[in-house]
Amino acid sequence: MAAVTVEPSAAVAAARRRRPSFWAVFWLVMAALYFLVPLYSMVQFSLEVAPHRYGFHWYAQIFADPLFRSSFLLSLRLAIETMLIGLVLMVPTVYWVHLRLPKLRPVMDMVAILPFVVPPVALVVGLSGVFTVAPWLLGSSQILALVYVILALPFTYRSLDAGMRAIDVRTLTEAAQSVGAPWWKTLFFVIMPNIRTAMLGAAFLTLAIVMGEYTISSLLLFNTFAVYIYYIGNTEAYQAAALAIISFVLTWGAMMGLFFLSRRTGAAGPAGVAVTR
Amino acid sequence: MAKLELRGIRKEFGEVTALEGLSLEVGSGEFVSLLGPSGCGKTTALRIVAGFERPTGGELLVNDQDVTHVPANRRNMGMVFQAYSLFPNMTAKQNVEFGLRVRGADRAERHRRASELLELVGLSARADRYPHQLSGGQQQRVALARALAIQPAVLLLDEPLSALDAKVRVQLREEIKRIQTQLGITTLYVTHDQEEALSVSDRVVVMSEGRLEQVGVPADIYRNPRTPFVAEFVGTMNRFDGRVEGPDAVAIGSTGTRIPVLEPHGRGVGEPVLVLIRPESVGLEELPNGAAPAGGLMEATVLLHTFLGAVTRMGLESPVGTLIADLPSVRALTLSPGTRVGIRIDPSGVRLLSP
Repeated sequence: MAAVTVEPSAAVAAARRRRPSFWAVFWLVMAALYFLVPLYSMVQFSLEVAPHRYGFHWYAQIFADPLFRSSFLLSLRLAIETMLIGLVLMVPTVYWVHLRLPKLRPVMDMVAILPFVVPPVALVVGLSGVFTVAPWLLGSSQILALVYVILALPFTYRSLDAGMRAIDVRTLTEAAQSVGAPWWKTLFFVIMPNIRTAMLGAAFLTLAIVMGEYTISSLLLFNTFAVYIYYIGNTEAYQAAALAIISFVLTWGAMMGLFFLSRRTGAAGPAGVAVTR
Repeated sequence: MAKLELRGIRKEFGEVTALEGLSLEVGSGEFVSLLGPSGCGKTTALRIVAGFERPTGGELLVNDQDVTHVPANRRNMGMVFQAYSLFPNMTAKQNVEFGLRVRGADRAERHRRASELLELVGLSARADRYPHQLSGGQQQRVALARALAIQPAVLLLDEPLSALDAKVRVQLREEIKRIQTQLGITTLYVTHDQEEALSVSDRVVVMSEGRLEQVGVPADIYRNPRTPFVAEFVGTMNRFDGRVEGPDAVAIGSTGTRIPVLEPHGRGVGEPVLVLIRPESVGLEELPNGAAPAGGLMEATVLLHTFLGAVTRMGLESPVGTLIADLPSVRALTLSPGTRVGIRIDPSGVRLLSP
């Protein structure tokens, strides 16, 4: 029987490649401690029912609070509405800019960062003009979704722009048109499946922004999840820690959901190439 | 099968004129190539036919119907692109089915047609592969199948082989020709590769700076170029300034060396002409040491050899300047650099043009 041998030099080189250096491990541990120590402290604090006695008492109180459920569901509904409005508005826009108006891209880049420049307070003041034109929005939480679309614009635009850059939009569009596809079928069946990861990224960032947005909802007197977190933070220290952990788990869950969704659907990679199934 | 006609097509991009009144007819089932260097307007012409560009002027007709303003997706023209253009989210088969799917064909029909076409391009076994799992040549075959699936009136090919390596390029161009002949589909092919154009086309259209230089069958384009541009772009030419010496001879170079000509040029004695000689029309005979060339021969010295396979291209130093000659490699090997040779020019390979 022929024996398989490995050249000693090759084996040593491979072992060297596998063994991480001391400094690599050191910085990795430092970074992990930076994030994990506060998290651990918060978890411990949120579980402390009495000195040296632990349990889920504060978590149970949070979940039993009807205000928690209503504020969480309101924020979740607003997040979904914002995602849908943002994608419906921005996917065709970014597509057309890439396809027909590439010279407009620098202008789009500039417009997309405007929400960073305009303070939320100024946005709220600006809304008074909207209420005079569309008075039915006064008191309706829908106004928040419209404002959040603007807040999320930099992230939605950047994510979709990166997705479109990774594929050859023009050639794919022309290839689809040459076999008879009108523009909307090209967008739905050819372009969107190939920027799926970018769309999911935009949706997730929107979710994260809306779930954590406080200033505008507070100024417009809506009890969103962030307003509820602030209220609990001011009144109940233990419940605030538990709420922070719940919020963290929900965010983490959404991120994992995005990760598995993009893997399961074989979304387009950076080079616009489908992931092997 | 459809007849395609371009009537005075003009295209301007700002101040740049890409096409200056291009007129061309492509008959039913004909394979016509647009050949020219980069920037000559050949791709613009193809994109106008496909409907991706609007002409500034002129008309485009398919079967005598004006389609100049018909959108690309309603023209029924299949196109294969230079860049790999398969949809990355679809398998080879789904790519081929796509055109039928958007037209509302039922699943059985789509399946049957896609299988048929993948069989035609020799990729049945790879129907379920994604584009990134296929080689460049295979991707272009699938793109061809996708373009043919909709039974297009005209097949358009925009330098489909330029991204492929040499061997695959030759295989695929032969395959494109086989399929085109088998289906009898009217085809417009764009390339900058003269060998490609001459080998697959029924007719070749040579273009330069937005203008049509010459249209003809490949052999005619090669043997009888009508402009200095065509002569130099298609194949290799020895080019000299000369003057007419009589009905059967011209003089070239500062020495006034006489070259025999056959063609009835109808020019007066002393009239300046451009003399073009194909390298394969230059014959060589080795001169014995110290011997003078016999009558009709011009003396030259071998400068260098370029081995091209069956043929070897030789650079020669002659009284009229540097000449290029193509010789069978077996013969060329006996004439090493420095060898004195006598040059005999075949009059049938000499072409005269107005300077």
